[in-house]
Amino acid sequence: MLAYLVKRVFQAIGVMLVISLIGFAIQDNLGDPLRELVGQSVTEEVREELRDQLGLNDSFVKQYSRFLGNALQGDLGTSYFFKEPALDVILKKLPATLELVFGATLIIVGLSVPLGVYTAIKPNTILSRIIMGVSIVGISIPVFLTAILMIYVFAVGYGWFPSFGRGDVVHVFGYWDTNFASVDGWMHIILPSLALASIMLPLFIRLIRAEMMEVLQSEYVKYAKAKGIHPSRIYFVHALKNTLLPVITVGGVQIGTMVAYTILTETVFQWPGMGFMFLEAVNRVDTPLIVAYLIVVGFIFVVTNTIVDLIYGLVNPTVNLARMGA
Amino acid sequence: MNKLTRIAAIGAATFALGAVAQAEVTVKVAYDADPVSLDPHEQLSGGTLQLSHMVFDPLVRWTQDLQFESRLAESWEQIDTLTTRFHLRDGVKFHSGNMLTSADVDWTFDRLKESPDFKGIFSLFTDVKVVDENTFDLIASEPYPLVLHTATYIFPMDSKFYSGMTSDGKDKAELVKHGDSFASRNVSGTGPYVVTEREQGVKVVFDRFDGYWDTASKGNVDKIILTPIKEDPTRVAALLSGDVDFIAPVPPTDLQRIAENEGTDLISQSGTRIITFQMNQNRVEALKDARVRLAIDYAVNNAGIVDRIMRGFATVGAQASPAGYLGHDPSLTPRFDVEKAKALMAEAGYADGFELTMMAPNNRYVNDDKIAQAVASMLSKINIKVDLQTMPKAQYWPKFDERAADLMMIGWHSDTEDSANFHQFLSACPDEATGNGQYNSGAYCNTEADALMNASNTETDAAKRAAMLQKLEGILYEEAAFIPLHWQNLAWGARKGVGAAGIVNAMNFPYFGDLVVDK
Repeated sequence: MLAYLVKRVFQAIGVMLVISLIGFAIQDNLGDPLRELVGQSVTEEVREELRDQLGLNDSFVKQYSRFLGNALQGDLGTSYFFKEPALDVILKKLPATLELVFGATLIIVGLSVPLGVYTAIKPNTILSRIIMGVSIVGISIPVFLTAILMIYVFAVGYGWFPSFGRGDVVHVFGYWDTNFASVDGWMHIILPSLALASIMLPLFIRLIRAEMMEVLQSEYVKYAKAKGIHPSRIYFVHALKNTLLPVITVGGVQIGTMVAYTILTETVFQWPGMGFMFLEAVNRVDTPLIVAYLIVVGFIFVVTNTIVDLIYGLVNPTVNLARMGA
Repeated sequence: MNKLTRIAAIGAATFALGAVAQAEVTVKVAYDADPVSLDPHEQLSGGTLQLSHMVFDPLVRWTQDLQFESRLAESWEQIDTLTTRFHLRDGVKFHSGNMLTSADVDWTFDRLKESPDFKGIFSLFTDVKVVDENTFDLIASEPYPLVLHTATYIFPMDSKFYSGMTSDGKDKAELVKHGDSFASRNVSGTGPYVVTEREQGVKVVFDRFDGYWDTASKGNVDKIILTPIKEDPTRVAALLSGDVDFIAPVPPTDLQRIAENEGTDLISQSGTRIITFQMNQNRVEALKDARVRLAIDYAVNNAGIVDRIMRGFATVGAQASPAGYLGHDPSLTPRFDVEKAKALMAEAGYADGFELTMMAPNNRYVNDDKIAQAVASMLSKINIKVDLQTMPKAQYWPKFDERAADLMMIGWHSDTEDSANFHQFLSACPDEATGNGQYNSGAYCNTEADALMNASNTETDAAKRAAMLQKLEGILYEEAAFIPLHWQNLAWGARKGVGAAGIVNAMNFPYFGDLVVDK
């Protein structure tokens, strides 16, 4: 177990080094940050001077080693736009994104299990066909379109939900303001969470359905049926438990992916999280922030994968983490 | 009895609270971006000027019909050819409680001269001389016709507030382009609004300044909440659903929707940003020939672009200066005649045409990439084959600096609201020493035109100056120095009852201090 964790930490460092290197390598192709920093009639001379001050004229190796040196001391650079340490900017935006991902996860878990189980048990009913049909539509419409559609139907059309932003958030501690502590906050998070969930939900319904159908064919389920055990106990205790193993694996990876999908959802809903911040940073060529974001998201990926492996070990005792670490 | 009085008291309190809530007028504004900094000298951009007009006041400002209006400067007079004397209004208070004096203007001027973004505008001014508490002289190095134009950029800052050291030992006056500074987070101006809360990229909250000098202003808004909403459909939806009261810009696709919607008004106005294509003579020999450039101009159907792509939401142009500018010559009309274009090409010896590369941004101007595609296909009619590349502005500007294509798109708004500025940056002979022609990717160069511009820069007689600048536009038109397309219109959307029409202008800095909302 310990060996496994130590190995994971080294892997994480390796991953983040590679990401930072890639981030650094592409930054020259993102454009000229000076254009976003100064007005249109500023002379090339002045811009060159500012470029010198920012250290943008140094060689790649020099810039990268300076970055690594600072990174070792926990300094990932200063955002040009926010004028604050890039890591602070991201940490401030992180709670909004995590809450959005959490909201979407709640919706996914809350809906995919019953719907997946139902469509597996009763695959031929009209309701099952509708669920499967709608889920195909859901998975094939791009998330920004779903989001805009939702805004126009539920915010402009019916006026049930607000159209953008986080609304009244309640301060918890540090950088964490929560949406889950006020009515206004709940109203604001529902549409974005639904939009974000709309991509993953069909996937999970289908996954649970397929796994469940397979399990229902297995000998022990047939035996349990023959024994006269109540169907709900067979479905939800015996069958579902064995269905969940692959779902957890896929789910862990997908939660990481969902952090990436927040870029689109947050942009459409003007959600002040780090996905929206990242897109803005790319538009503004705010390179320190872009590199820091890539590193933080890489870190989140590594952490969620590690947690998934640990949970996997708990659910399935035959998985030997110690051996994986060796 | 006791119980009754208590109920009465609660009732009265509720009533009083209700009355307070009623009296408070809040306007929620959504722009596509929020100001980058609270420091008015950090970046010369629309966002900064919009903020400056809310938190500060200029010496003079533009009216809707492009005349000058007195603000902090009550009056002014020309003392000699180089000196203009300004008289400040009495009893003007900063947000900090300090009183405005000439020393503040002097201090602000010195800071402007230090700003990389603003010093260009003030390059011809050498000094502000304090005469007394409320009087100062603005001194130019040569006779300069744009003194008042420049004075619209002087927003006096509270010199006492910005002097001294912060707790971590930094100078409060420090002007930092990147990184943290006192002035980028703290502000004290004379303007109608005080910044009470600000989270960058999320919202800025403004409260009406109760000591505001302009008591004659009919503005009745107590609180403004500015939220940036980057996505066009979301911004429009926010207005339609009533979550915000005022939005800008309105995307061309939603103009009609906002105009026809019951609860909202559309306010639009022709703008001053000209969209053009430049033809690079250094890269392509054929473009040195004025007949070829004219042929290209004749082949491009500007009116069609405005009609089809801009959906009528632009003003067809044939010159750089929009109507209302001194140099605008109404006799210059858009040219479109494909047969004539073909004849000119044949005359120049290029009947079989040639190939050109073209570059345009795809997120800088309204419909920029679609316009470029349209122009490319129009040029194919006269046998010019265009290889078009469009890219985000962040990548486009470095390409523009390299002059990486034969035809390049550029839009320009004159910082001085004056015609000479267009020529100086877009079509003057490129000269690194003076900075002229910095954005002249076509390398067009006409010494007569440059001489007219230079002469106009020291001509203080408005009529003579207008004649010079119009002659200048005429030369550029005859020689087809560039392809003018159109001036982008401006549009704002507002909830009915928000008197937005009274505060907007062609410069796109709404004067929120004067905003009147029906109660």
